[in-house]
Amino acid sequence: MEVDKKDENESESSEQVVNPWEVSAKDGGKIDYDKLIDKFGCQRLDESLIDRVQRLTSRQPHVFLRRGVFFAHRDFNEILDAYEKGDKFYLYTGRGPSSEALHLGHLIPFMFTKYLQEAFKVPLVIQLTDDEKCMWKNLSVEESQRLARENAKDIIACGFDVTKTFIFSDFDYVGGAFYKNMVKVSKCVTLNKAMGIFGFSGEDHIGKLSFPPVQAVPSFPSSFPHLFPGKDNLRCLIPCAIDQDPYFRMTRDVAPRLGYSKPALIESSFFPALQGENGKMSASDPNSAIYVTDTAKDIKNKINKYAFSGGQDSVEKHRELGANLEVDIPVKYLSFFLEDDSELEHIKKEYGEGRMLTGEVKKKLTEVLTEMVERHRRSRAAVTDEMVDAFMAVRPLPSMFE
Amino acid sequence: MGFSKDQLLNRLQELEIDYTKYEHPPVLTVEAQAKYVSSSEGALSKNLFFKDKKHRYYIVSAMVDTKVDMKVLSQRLGLGKGGVRMAPEEALAQLLQVSLGCVTPFAVVNESARDVSLLLDQNFKNQKRCIFHPLSNEVSVSLNTSGLDKFLKSIERDPVYVDLEANPAVGKDQPPDLAVYVPSNSVVIPEITSETSTKQTPPPKSVSAEVKPVASAKPSKPASKGKSVVVENSTLLAFKNPEKFVEEIMDKTSALLLSEAKGENVEALAETRRKLLTSELTHLAIMFKNTAYTEGFHAGKHSQPKRL
Repeated sequence: MEVDKKDENESESSEQVVNPWEVSAKDGGKIDYDKLIDKFGCQRLDESLIDRVQRLTSRQPHVFLRRGVFFAHRDFNEILDAYEKGDKFYLYTGRGPSSEALHLGHLIPFMFTKYLQEAFKVPLVIQLTDDEKCMWKNLSVEESQRLARENAKDIIACGFDVTKTFIFSDFDYVGGAFYKNMVKVSKCVTLNKAMGIFGFSGEDHIGKLSFPPVQAVPSFPSSFPHLFPGKDNLRCLIPCAIDQDPYFRMTRDVAPRLGYSKPALIESSFFPALQGENGKMSASDPNSAIYVTDTAKDIKNKINKYAFSGGQDSVEKHRELGANLEVDIPVKYLSFFLEDDSELEHIKKEYGEGRMLTGEVKKKLTEVLTEMVERHRRSRAAVTDEMVDAFMAVRPLPSMFE
Repeated sequence: MGFSKDQLLNRLQELEIDYTKYEHPPVLTVEAQAKYVSSSEGALSKNLFFKDKKHRYYIVSAMVDTKVDMKVLSQRLGLGKGGVRMAPEEALAQLLQVSLGCVTPFAVVNESARDVSLLLDQNFKNQKRCIFHPLSNEVSVSLNTSGLDKFLKSIERDPVYVDLEANPAVGKDQPPDLAVYVPSNSVVIPEITSETSTKQTPPPKSVSAEVKPVASAKPSKPASKGKSVVVENSTLLAFKNPEKFVEEIMDKTSALLLSEAKGENVEALAETRRKLLTSELTHLAIMFKNTAYTEGFHAGKHSQPKRL
């Protein structure tokens, strides 16, 4: 799903750029999410919606909701309205398998989607866009398929329920009803429009041009006749990072013309790189991110050496001025992954007022991340090829709403 | 019924896999084979069939020059340093349905070998062609790894290529890198007396009958060598084995209750600990469920239609 940075045309540093290929802030600063929401035309996820989620699911909202990681949406309130009336929905998310190495930023949408699956008791389809990576990253077909399977193992290790989850790779699944929908969508998007939305040019090969429908149609239940036969009105909710918005703006534009419901979206901000807020983590720079294959030693090292600190240069200055929480990466990471709200508040207070030192915060973060990565590794070890086959088998899911 | 050489070769032809066949007197060793098939035809392979203490079986197929250290392999599989030994002859006959000197990757075509893990030398990939016995030691075939892969995929096996000479450290922070290739099921072969506890084994039928693997055989307490590797294993077992599953739950819950009883926890902290525990246990339960479903899926895929 996430397509990578293209060596871009003119990305004016005077404007922030957010699209599936590139994410960069204005003048090398921070991403202005308010401006982004304005520009894209989506909605802020406010407290009232989060409370509603709590009421409807009878459990504490996920840490990503509480901390504003998932902060924007389109039609999420309509999904909740329908749910309240007893009308279910299904989840759709995906991954572009460009590399074997997954970092924590990659896991975020999956961790959140797992929570949504459990909390709302709804089924999930996960798309592995091996075709996209084959085209954009110039991988061989076999390599991209292999990466798709490898990534599937990490995804499964996040804890999805096999009786409610269908994972598919484009190379395996495109065809039949799925392809019929792709053609229907393609007919509704002119070349000019596609070039406008995605920045394609006359130099791009036609494979790229024809890809967007592939990512669009999993939003329509009729693309999965083995899962949702006769349920053409089933709504779809797509958890994704906000840079994927263009794909789904296009989809939402097309849906009514095909007589389909528009998919709803719930969008996250970007997980900052270890070195600081400027942009996303990059799979090509091993020190910009914590990988799921990192050992406890690696994690400790990376955090101590590379995590950008908002603390002051000297202990005295720090005690006097406190830390700059705006730019401090360890605190940012803790706000993503430290479950306990009061503990986080305590850390922010003490650190922000200079009583806690950077070393302590980093130590806590190392603990939290090591535990997470360890747990992921254990689960990953239990994922066999057979289990991947089971998740990817085109089979009905009779208990998908239980 | 074990696959015959002819059936295998037919299948290769059906799949349009390009291979060259060499017939020769029966050979039991690579040296003997080398007399009849020259290295210009392709890279000869040495094939090892071994098992671990929990009756799980493995075929390792490697280039003749590749050094295969069984101790290292055993560790990389998460079985501790001395966790493997060569498989007995009966296993060769009953699981792989080939004769002595004839171990070959192709043997996994047999239903009886479905739980045998196949590890291939990644050096094969650099070769134009590699040479294996097609279920008979009177014949050798040379083919490219892509052909072998195609064949394996046709029998729903994922080709697994491994750097057999690598010797990565295995410890607390470095889990055994090949542990994922340990078969999920152990196999009970009738007539093996050795140290294993004999269970209700089906009366030995003629060679052609399938040996039904005893799925989820209660594993004996893992040996305490290589502590860290064992921890990895027992967690994996918790995903498959109901007893281990419950043990994990009991362990974790009692740790929490004990610390609460000792008054180590303030109210709020206890609340968080409970939540964390709930989330951890739910995760454990999901993996357990997924594993069970996968075993059922496997059974479904391989179940034979009712005989009319």
